Amino acid sequence: MPSFSRILLGLFCLLVALLLLAPTLVVIPMSFNGNKSLAFPPVGFSWQWYDNFFTNPDWTTSFTNSLIIALIVAVVATVVGTLAAFGVTRAAARTGGLLRALLITPMVVPGVVLAIGIYAVYLDTHLVGTVTGFVLAHTMLAIPFVLIAVQANLEVFDRRLETAAASLGAGRLTVFRTVTLPLILPGVLSGALFAFITSFDEIIVALFITSPYLKTLPVQIYTSITRDADPTVAAVGTLLFLATSLIIIAGLLIGTRRGRT
Amino acid sequence: MNAPLRSAGAAIEIRKASKRYGAFVALNDIDLSIRPGEFMTLLGPSGSGKTTTLNLIAGFTDISSGTLEIGGKSVTGLPSHKRNIGVVFQHYALFPHMTVGKNVAYPLTLRGINGDDREKRVKRALDMVKMADFAHRYPNELSGGQQQRVALARALVFDPPLLLMDEPLGALDKKLREWLQLEIKRIHRELGTTFVYVTHDQEEALVLSDRIAVFNGGRIEQIGTGRELYDNPATLFVGRFIGESTVLRGAVEVSGDKTVMTIADEKVVAHGRLAGGARPVILLRPERVALKRPGAEPVSGENRLSGTVAEAIYLGSGSKYEVRLKDSTIAIVRSPLGAADFAIGDAVDVAFMPADLTLLPDDASADVTLT
Repeated sequence: MPSFSRILLGLFCLLVALLLLAPTLVVIPMSFNGNKSLAFPPVGFSWQWYDNFFTNPDWTTSFTNSLIIALIVAVVATVVGTLAAFGVTRAAARTGGLLRALLITPMVVPGVVLAIGIYAVYLDTHLVGTVTGFVLAHTMLAIPFVLIAVQANLEVFDRRLETAAASLGAGRLTVFRTVTLPLILPGVLSGALFAFITSFDEIIVALFITSPYLKTLPVQIYTSITRDADPTVAAVGTLLFLATSLIIIAGLLIGTRRGRT
Repeated sequence: MNAPLRSAGAAIEIRKASKRYGAFVALNDIDLSIRPGEFMTLLGPSGSGKTTTLNLIAGFTDISSGTLEIGGKSVTGLPSHKRNIGVVFQHYALFPHMTVGKNVAYPLTLRGINGDDREKRVKRALDMVKMADFAHRYPNELSGGQQQRVALARALVFDPPLLLMDEPLGALDKKLREWLQLEIKRIHRELGTTFVYVTHDQEEALVLSDRIAVFNGGRIEQIGTGRELYDNPATLFVGRFIGESTVLRGAVEVSGDKTVMTIADEKVVAHGRLAGGARPVILLRPERVALKRPGAEPVSGENRLSGTVAEAIYLGSGSKYEVRLKDSTIAIVRSPLGAADFAIGDAVDVAFMPADLTLLPDDASADVTLT
């Protein structure tokens, strides 16, 4: 029979899980609201907000914008962040530590502070409301995530394998392609995923550098909810919840299959 | 079917080679010639320069000064991946994301060998190390000894003229180590490849090698067969590093072609004298020394030192004694089966003929570096 403290611990875990899930569980029923209101609990049932999301150009455009920007950011930040991780891991210990501290500042500095700086520079360089502007800003925010994920893999990577590969006849690029990259791939992939998500749901910087002609999905959600309490927001939220859940489940499945190495 | 892999071994010529890391001299002006097909062991304590020498040959580090030729060609500036040398590492260094078969096929793929030819060569190499049944396993599913055999197959599958091994058995237990030593010896005999083997284990060196180069403090002290090194060590360091030994020190008088050493109040006579002004020491091998009862009839010309038995160990094939001499030196004596038995505390004489001792110049570093 489980002891009293075990039961208590179980209940506590359940409570924390509920707390973490609560906002999501509120959003899902709201997305099927029959009325145009964000009241909870919702009244009636309808698919109209989903319909609105897929047909209203305000929503479709901002979604496409976010997707394109996040994909570019994922690629750029993963390449740059992986290279940075190599530099940090393989530099002398002291230099590496300093570089690392420098490279993860975007994670530490408050988003608003960064946003002000970026906005000021973008005004002068006419990057406000451009895809380039978004990609640059989001890449900067995403690099620390890639750096940390890849570095964690590189630190346990046995460099003697590279020496062995070289002795077997592999040049430096071949060593990277056939030995190093496959072994740090989990870190690179999770770095890429983090980079994508960082960009996709970024709102603070986006609010500063957005323009009526280029809105990302979070900006669209924010303006929509502050202006007319549109339950489409809840539909978007539910869709995103579903999408991320699927990605994470897929990631876990791939992870177990690769667990051998 | 199982025709062994064959390759003409490469010769290695190292002349006046040094390796410096800043102010630290890892390798100090060494000369080393290795013959084609030879099994050469680089033996020495850690930090003696043996692994540095191996890394120079492999191309993992650059030579600071001097020349290095493999197969008659200078390899200075040639990166390791173009040297076509097999290397076996202490920690196996198998690729964990590839099966055993893929690991062994790796160097072949890099050389543009594919298809049936590659499969055949992989099978042959795995047969050679008796690992053919494991081709579809991953390295982490194998024991240390199995991994090292796969690593050996991978290093030999592309028929390199030269194989380098860096303490390959260092991480394995004694039984397995002894068995793999014989396997390595067999493979060397079958292939005709030049083997260069790094170890700090002198017994291993004696088992495996055609010749041994003894390293100490970045220099080579002596190069020779195991027998040469054991019977005629050139330096006190070599004498102490190879096999067991007792070193006697005392006041020395040289008269004619005799050297007489006084230890406590007893005299030991040695034939010959040391050239130069170095202070001589006497090196004794445990099996060249006999234990006798103090009163026993002396053999003519025999040296005798009196002492007491401090330790007596029965080994089955004989006995080993540690005898405390009058100057507190511990003398090691191995007596064959059937010799008289002694117990701890017995008063004994350590007896040996002048021809059975070795006179060597004293070298304080020979004591310090042994641990």
